[in-house]
Amino acid sequence: MQQGTFRVKAGLAEMLKGGVIMDVTTPEQAKIAEEAGACAVMALERVPADIRAAGGVARMADPTIIQRIMEVVSIPVMAKARIGHFVEAQILESLGADYIDESEVLTPADDKYHINKHNFKVPFVCGAKNLGEALRRIGEGAAMIRTKGEPGTGNVVEAVKHIRMVMSEIRMLQNLPIEEVSSFAKNIAAPLELVLETRKLGRLPVVNFAAGGIATPADAALMMQLGCDGIFVGSGVFKSGDPVKRAKAIVSATTYYNDPKVLAEVSKDLGEAMIGIEISTIPANERMQERGW
Amino acid sequence: MRIGVLALQGAFREHRRMLEACGAEVVEIRKPEELDEVQGLIIPGGESTTIGKLMIEWGLMDKIKTRYNQGMAIYGTCAGMILLCKEIVSSNQPRLALLDATVQRNAFGRQRESFEADLTVPEFGADPVKAVFIRAPFIEQVGPGVNVMAKVKDKVVIAREGNLLVTAFHPELTDDNRIHKYFISMLKK
Repeated sequence: MQQGTFRVKAGLAEMLKGGVIMDVTTPEQAKIAEEAGACAVMALERVPADIRAAGGVARMADPTIIQRIMEVVSIPVMAKARIGHFVEAQILESLGADYIDESEVLTPADDKYHINKHNFKVPFVCGAKNLGEALRRIGEGAAMIRTKGEPGTGNVVEAVKHIRMVMSEIRMLQNLPIEEVSSFAKNIAAPLELVLETRKLGRLPVVNFAAGGIATPADAALMMQLGCDGIFVGSGVFKSGDPVKRAKAIVSATTYYNDPKVLAEVSKDLGEAMIGIEISTIPANERMQERGW
Repeated sequence: MRIGVLALQGAFREHRRMLEACGAEVVEIRKPEELDEVQGLIIPGGESTTIGKLMIEWGLMDKIKTRYNQGMAIYGTCAGMILLCKEIVSSNQPRLALLDATVQRNAFGRQRESFEADLTVPEFGADPVKAVFIRAPFIEQVGPGVNVMAKVKDKVVIAREGNLLVTAFHPELTDDNRIHKYFISMLKK
């Protein structure tokens, strides 16, 4: 009997596919998310929109918050560690978190290196803006990838940019003659064996979710049609006017992403969406997606 | 031979790949009427609470039961197994409640306790089955009509009752298609 194998780690991500993972900050919110049909929750001290507003250094949540959320829901509970902060990851693993997000939403703890995720039994998800970044993270042991988007903005444009970039690089890779592949790997700074595997599969070797800026059922369906395997909703649910209704609608939209009639039905009367931020108004040094190496 | 894979949430893509490798025609099921065309149905792994809620909301719960009563065979993996059992320990979540058994969710522990193991299953031949358990359930108790096919730590992880087959683990995450072939043979009889 073997625990913590890559197949077991990547396997949980396979089970989350076609589902919605929601950011929650209290046990009450976690129950609402589970009731609405979330396939997992991300336990946080603050949602990204509030982290952005508060400024300063954002760190791993208080273990009490994570434990209280684990006690009330039966679905998987994820938690965030800072980029490169392997001790926060050790703490989250010891608490029994089901997935660790090595996340640019928190302030990076290492300006050069990410966590060696092979060292852990708990699986990791990491953000990526392009194929090279995704494959570097998988090379470090990530068992799941998500777009970075621009967290806490309610603006889907950056997530769209990132999934389009990954998909277009994969298509380009598949059309290259084999003798050009190692040079392609060098140019995107990704491990050659993972580039070869991606070329063979025609997709990333692990599950790839959308994250960062998803605020409506239509946003979720857009990301699914562009090729994502599932959806993270951060601030989009609990910063909106009617979280219960919106959460349910986003869950249905993620399943019926190819059915405009269903999408029209679930998009009705949802109340106010979260207030969005235009990306160009965010100074370059405050854009979370630039964190990660 | 047309087999449906319930495609509301979870690992339906992998079941589709397995069935197609076995030569079956596969239909992804998201609407009740799509069940009319299939002789068998696979309910995949995923989150049983999510799949159960979507089954009710989109009218699939009753339709699956109706089709089962008309002779459609059903294979449930992990979350699919939970949804098929009559009793779920300390949960009142929606379920199909067709298999005469009591199931416990996340029975081996959280994700860090998830594991791979080799199972010997006489029905599938001498080679062990590589079984991948992910936050997996097990069956605590079965009724008299249920055939227990494999156990781990003395807990039931493969069972069959008539036209129903359940596994607590995920053959669709491996390249071993013996269980899918076995399910297909259940349809032919």
